[in-house]
Amino acid sequence: MTAAANTALLKPSQLNTPVAVELIGLNKWYGEFHVLRDIDLKVMGGERIVICGPSGSGKSTMIRCINRLEEHQQGKIVVDGMELSNDLKKIDEVRREVGMVFQHFNLFPHLSVLENCTLAPIWVRNTPKKDAEEIAMHYLKRVKIPEQAAKYPGQLSGGQQQRVAIARALCMNPKIMLFDEPTSALDPEMVKEVLDTMVGLAEDGMTMLVVTHEMGFARQVADRIVFMDSGQIIEANVPEEFFNHPQHERTKLFLSQILR
Amino acid sequence: MTMSEGDLAVAEIKFVRGATIAPRPAPAAMTGAFGWLRANLLSTPFNIVLTVLIALLLAWVIPELLKFLFIDAVWTGSDRDACREVVQHREIGACWPFVWERWSYFVYGSYPIPQRWRVDVFFVMLAIGVVWMLWLESPRRDLGSVYFFVVLPISSFILLTGWSAAGLSPVDTSLWGGILVTIVVASVGIVCSLPIGILLALGRRSRMPAVRLFSVIFIEFVRGVPLVTVLFMASVMLPLFVPEQYSPDKLVRALVGIALFASAYMAEVVRAGLQAIPKGQFEGAMAVGLGYWQMMRLIILPQALKITIPNIVNTYIGLFKDTTLVFIVGIFDFLQTVEVSRIDPKWATPVTSTTGYAVAAIFYWIFCYAMSRYARATEARLAKADRR
Repeated sequence: MTAAANTALLKPSQLNTPVAVELIGLNKWYGEFHVLRDIDLKVMGGERIVICGPSGSGKSTMIRCINRLEEHQQGKIVVDGMELSNDLKKIDEVRREVGMVFQHFNLFPHLSVLENCTLAPIWVRNTPKKDAEEIAMHYLKRVKIPEQAAKYPGQLSGGQQQRVAIARALCMNPKIMLFDEPTSALDPEMVKEVLDTMVGLAEDGMTMLVVTHEMGFARQVADRIVFMDSGQIIEANVPEEFFNHPQHERTKLFLSQILR
Repeated sequence: MTMSEGDLAVAEIKFVRGATIAPRPAPAAMTGAFGWLRANLLSTPFNIVLTVLIALLLAWVIPELLKFLFIDAVWTGSDRDACREVVQHREIGACWPFVWERWSYFVYGSYPIPQRWRVDVFFVMLAIGVVWMLWLESPRRDLGSVYFFVVLPISSFILLTGWSAAGLSPVDTSLWGGILVTIVVASVGIVCSLPIGILLALGRRSRMPAVRLFSVIFIEFVRGVPLVTVLFMASVMLPLFVPEQYSPDKLVRALVGIALFASAYMAEVVRAGLQAIPKGQFEGAMAVGLGYWQMMRLIILPQALKITIPNIVNTYIGLFKDTTLVFIVGIFDFLQTVEVSRIDPKWATPVTSTTGYAVAAIFYWIFCYAMSRYARATEARLAKADRR
C-alpha cells in the first residue's frame, strides 16, 4: 500500500473548523407546503446526532439540505466553514466532504462493488486507479465484505448492499457522514450488521447525522438526539435526558408510541 | 381405533418437520422436445388453432417462393428473351441475368467505372470498422473507436469525393448512387443521430430554460414535419435563400436533413430511458460528488441506454429504410437504381419488376434483420449481466 493511501485511511479526515455543520434560520417550501421551519442546529466536529420524529416531519429533508440534494429558500447552511449557495463549485466541494447513505442504498447496479467504491475517488478526487482500489478494499474490509468486491449490487443481500453504500461513502474520506434511514428498508435480520458498522464508525470519531427509528442505536451512540415534528425541531437533548425526561408533550407522545 | 374430532384438530395444528425434502427432477411432460411443443405451440385450444393456421400459411407461401426464386428462375442470358415465356415456352420465375448485368449499377450508381475501386475500398474500410466496434472480443477496441469515429469518416470523405493532390480525381456526388448512397446516408444518420439525440434529450430535461426551450422546439418541429418535407426544404428551399455558390452539396443537404430528423426521434427514445432511471441513482451520483456530465456519462446514460436498446435499434431500422426517400430530391439510392433498371427496355419482361423488387427486399431485409439480431444478442448479454 502506498504511503499516501495509507495515511488517508487511518482516521476520518479533520474538519477545518470546530463546527461541522451549522443551520441558521433554515426554511424550505415544497410549492406551498412549508416543510422546514426556522431550523437552527449546530453540530460540532466529531459529534453524533440522531434525528428522529414521525414521518413527514422533515427530518430527511433537513439532512438532504446539508449536501444540497434539496435546495433551501431561506436561511444559511454552513458545512465545514463553506456556506451553501447556488454556486455549483461550492456545492461540489461540500459534496466531496460529506458522505451520504440512503434508505434504498442507491448503489450503481451496472458497476461491481469495487467499482462502486472506486468511481468517485477516481473521477472526483483524481486518485490513481490502483490507490483507489486499495482504499476501497480497506473500507470493504472494514464493513466486513471484502470477499464480495467483484460481485454486483444485485447479487448481495440488503444488509450487504447497505454496508457497501457505507464503504462507498467512506472511500471519499468524508469529514461528515449523513445517514437517511439506513436500516428502514432492510429485513429485520440485516439491521444489526448495518448498525454495528455505524457504531464502529462512531467510535472512530466520525461526525455523523443519522435519521433513524432505531432507538437502541440512538441510546448507544448519539451525543444528542433531535426530535422533529411538522418541519420544526421540537426538542433536542442528550439521550439520557431525552428518553427519561422528555419535556415537550409531542415528544412524550412520540416516545410513548415507539417505546412499548 | 378411530380418531375423535379433538385428535384430528391436534394433528393439524401441531407439526414439526422431520427430514427436509430434497429437490426432485421435474415431470417428463415439462422437459424435452415434447415438453417444449406442449408449452409453446399446443398449450391452449386457441394456441393449437394458431399453430395450425401458421403451418398452413407457411406451407402455402414457402413452396411458391422457392419456385419463383430458384426452381423456375432463369440463371443465364443476355437480354429479355431469356426471361420471356413466349420465347422459352416454359414457366418463368425470377430473371437473374437482369440482376447480374445491373448489379454494378445497383452497387455504385453512376460512379465512374475506372474509379469504382475507391468505393470497394470504402466498403472494406467500413466493414472493418463495424466489426471492430461491434465484435466484443476484438483487440484494442479503444483504437477501434478512434478509427471508426475519426479515421474512417475523414478518409472515406477524401476517398469518395476525391483529392487531386493525392491523385484521386474528384467525383461529383450527383454521380454517386446505389448501395453506396444507401450505406453512406444510413451510416451518417446512425452515427450522428445517437449523440445528437442524447444531447437533445438531456437538453429537454435541463433546468436551464433556454436549453430546454431550444430542445423542445427542435424536437417537436422535426417530429411534426414529414421527412419528405425536410428533404424538400433542404434541397429546394435552401437555394432560394442561400446563393448557389455557397449552398452545400445536394447529398450533404440530404445527409444533414436525415441525421437531424433521426436525432429528434432518438431524443425522445433516450428521454424515455432517462425517465426510467430511479431518482436514487441521480442522488447517489450527486452525493458522492460527481458533476453533471460525469453523473450522466458514468451512471445515468449507461443504464438508460441499456434499457432503450430495443427502441434505439428500432429507430435505426426505421432510419435505414427511410433512406429510400432521398430519391425525391433526385439522389439515386439503391431502391432508385432498381427502379430505373426495371423499366429498361432491354430487360422488359413480365418478371423484371418482381425480380428487381425481390432483390431490394432481400437487401433491406438482410441489413435490418442483422441490426435486429445484434440488438437481441446485446439485450441477452445485458440481461444475463442483470441476473448476476
